[in-house]
Amino acid sequence: MFLHYLELAWRNTLAAKGLSALMVLALALGIGACMTTLTVYHVLSGDPIPHKSARLFNVQLDASDMVGWKTGEEPNFDLTRYDATALLRDKKAPRQSMSSGFNTAVGLPDAGVKPIFSGVRMTSADFFAMFDAPWQYGGGWNAADDESEARVAVLSASLNDKLFGGGNSVGKEVIVRGQPLRVVGVLKPWKVQPHFWDLTLGSYTETEDFYLPFSTAMFLKMGHWGNMDCWGKGANGGSALDLNASCSWIQYWVEFAKPEDAAAYRDYLVAYSEAQRKAGRFERPTNVRLRSVMDWLGAQKVLPADVRLQTWLAFGFLAVCVVNMVGLLLAKTLRRSGEIGVRRALGATRGDIFKQFVVEAGLLGLAGALLGLMFAQGGLWLVRQSPNDYARLAELDSSMLALTLGLALLASLIAGLLPAWRAALVTPAVQLKVQ
Amino acid sequence: MMKDLMPILSTLRRHKIAAGLIVLEVALSCGIVTNALHLIQTRIEALNADSGMAESEIAVLTLRGSKPQPPERTASIVAEDLARVRAVPGIKAATVANQIVYGNNSNNSGVSTDPDNKGLRITAAQYAADEQMIPTFGLKLVEGRNFTADEVLDGYQAFAVSDPKIPQLIINKVMADKLFPAQTAVGKQVYIFGRSPSTIVGVVETLTHTQLHRARGDGGGAAMILPLRGGGSYVIRAEPGRLDAQIKAVTAVLEEGDKTRVVTQARTLTEMRSAFYAQDRAMAWLMGGVCVALLLVTAMGIVGLASFWVQQRTRMIGTRRALGATENQILRYFQLENLLLTTTGILIGLVGAWALSQLLMQSYELPRLPWLYLPTGALTLWALGQLAVWVPARRAARLSAVAALRA
Repeated sequence: MFLHYLELAWRNTLAAKGLSALMVLALALGIGACMTTLTVYHVLSGDPIPHKSARLFNVQLDASDMVGWKTGEEPNFDLTRYDATALLRDKKAPRQSMSSGFNTAVGLPDAGVKPIFSGVRMTSADFFAMFDAPWQYGGGWNAADDESEARVAVLSASLNDKLFGGGNSVGKEVIVRGQPLRVVGVLKPWKVQPHFWDLTLGSYTETEDFYLPFSTAMFLKMGHWGNMDCWGKGANGGSALDLNASCSWIQYWVEFAKPEDAAAYRDYLVAYSEAQRKAGRFERPTNVRLRSVMDWLGAQKVLPADVRLQTWLAFGFLAVCVVNMVGLLLAKTLRRSGEIGVRRALGATRGDIFKQFVVEAGLLGLAGALLGLMFAQGGLWLVRQSPNDYARLAELDSSMLALTLGLALLASLIAGLLPAWRAALVTPAVQLKVQ
Repeated sequence: MMKDLMPILSTLRRHKIAAGLIVLEVALSCGIVTNALHLIQTRIEALNADSGMAESEIAVLTLRGSKPQPPERTASIVAEDLARVRAVPGIKAATVANQIVYGNNSNNSGVSTDPDNKGLRITAAQYAADEQMIPTFGLKLVEGRNFTADEVLDGYQAFAVSDPKIPQLIINKVMADKLFPAQTAVGKQVYIFGRSPSTIVGVVETLTHTQLHRARGDGGGAAMILPLRGGGSYVIRAEPGRLDAQIKAVTAVLEEGDKTRVVTQARTLTEMRSAFYAQDRAMAWLMGGVCVALLLVTAMGIVGLASFWVQQRTRMIGTRRALGATENQILRYFQLENLLLTTTGILIGLVGAWALSQLLMQSYELPRLPWLYLPTGALTLWALGQLAVWVPARRAARLSAVAALRA
């Protein structure tokens, strides 16, 4: 019976070519717009590290002075070097890392090779294991290397390609700020979006190309790229990166065995904060934050407001398209009241009529979905041409593909319900009499 | 015309669903289009913001060294570089600034009228450069004077003490009005880094936060210039047509004789502006595209439903024509009917537009929808409705009485 309805639907769609084309086009426009914005939304709001995002937590402490303090405000965005070093020394979590960003020239001992300016992450040993860095050669460094300011470094795949032609460079030397560092590991291509461990260089920047122990970076007198807040005496005549400077610029992350362990760690942070207050280092009331990856991304409003606005706009557009389709379907259906009257007189039940028209709406929906998919691909292509730092991420994946088809069918079925119901209400006697 | 009103109302009453659908579609379009137009307008306003600089004459170069330099030597290296850059023929002025509009760097400091951050305190964008910044940027002094060459301090030395002393500064007009409303700011003292006062020597007309409208908590556009020589971007000013050639010449001068020094980026300010606003432009185009598509779809819906009605009422039209109604009267009938429907839709849509704007204000910190958009949206949809109904209405009017009655 379904096949028969499908055949009928096909014939009726062809019979009213212009009207059907209008409906499919309008639906496809709405679906295309929705899928384009939803895909961007989906990609940008995605979980960067799905299997352990609930166990990774960002730490914030409020180390500022009382100037401009208001109750209920967020603590400092980053940690001071003093606090990060203290937390790292205490080792209260199974894994923890302090890190910050910079950009420096990485060269080879052969002075003839032009050095390459690379994004730097200065960090501590656990960083790679915490964030699931994929290794191509070698591995990271250990806590002892952190202690001893070891002259070691980890390269990204692309930097290794540029410097060593992609070969196994473990054990070889690179020159950074005039000092030789030994390569201990090379990463595989590593895409993490958003760049959650440090949002201060842009939420969707690429992962860094060069990694070295934090202590070594300080020994090399590296600078700092990213966000920095200073208060009170600030650098106090020295460098803002000094251990005792009143400046916050370090990202601190901890990993637990299970999410519930966060509570105990929070207690530890509160106790640490209180102790610092007693010692006179902290002035503000204790105010700590411990946020899992997704909470952190949400609190920092990583998803651009424009993307959310676009998504709402697209859904508004789809709503208009669906209302439009209801109207046109209704017109198309009622135009065929005579035919319905005959079918009813020949014994078709109201249910039969209803089913037939729903199938017809579904067929239009399917056509709209396929066309909408093409529009969405076109829309995403347009998005990729735009100059945002997230533009290159806009690709349709299988789950969004399924959602497109589902959304189109749902929209067309919703649009088809009312006309089908009206069609089922047609009374054969009146229609036949008119004819 | 008014005598048509009663029959129209009674017909619409019998086609509640179809009429309701048109009303709903018009209302949705009206609500969305007015707000989208407003969003486009806010973006365009941002695009037209004035940076106060001679944008077409300026280029920005980033110079980086692969070897670390002792920070205490930065100022003297910069001074030597600038002397060589200024000697390049065709360079009108050059400076090294810690930050520049449309760039990624942004330095801000709290400024207060009393020592130790007491008294009135605002946050200001902090530019640091030598006395050539004002001529290089093309800023306009409205009060006071520029720095003199000997007032320019070594940036590293100035901050190497725990209570930095910076005796002079220049502020922008916004900042002057905020700190000293209805007074002259020149000669007044402010406190930036603690207890040492800085005297305002000049006020420039326009100087913006480097991130303009995207800056958050920027003190409402306050900005200041400190007379410090230190690291930053090399900014040059030359004749607009010769800017590209000058960039090449200055790059050669800066990289000359030292392989570890590389100009990693050199762009004109016009390019930087275009890149900075690309996202706003894209958003305005997108909104515009959706508006057009929305209006098209709405028009399509009106054409579709009106055609259906005309077809359904062929017999009625025939009867009226047979009884002496003119083509014009039939045409007017359908136009009036459409006017009634769109007006209802527009009224609902305007309420919706206002509600939507309240929602947007709360969630996206957008400005309130100016009332002017409401009549604009209403007029657009009225025009659209009349245009859309014209095709089917004329077809109805052209029906001959005989053919219509026989159908």
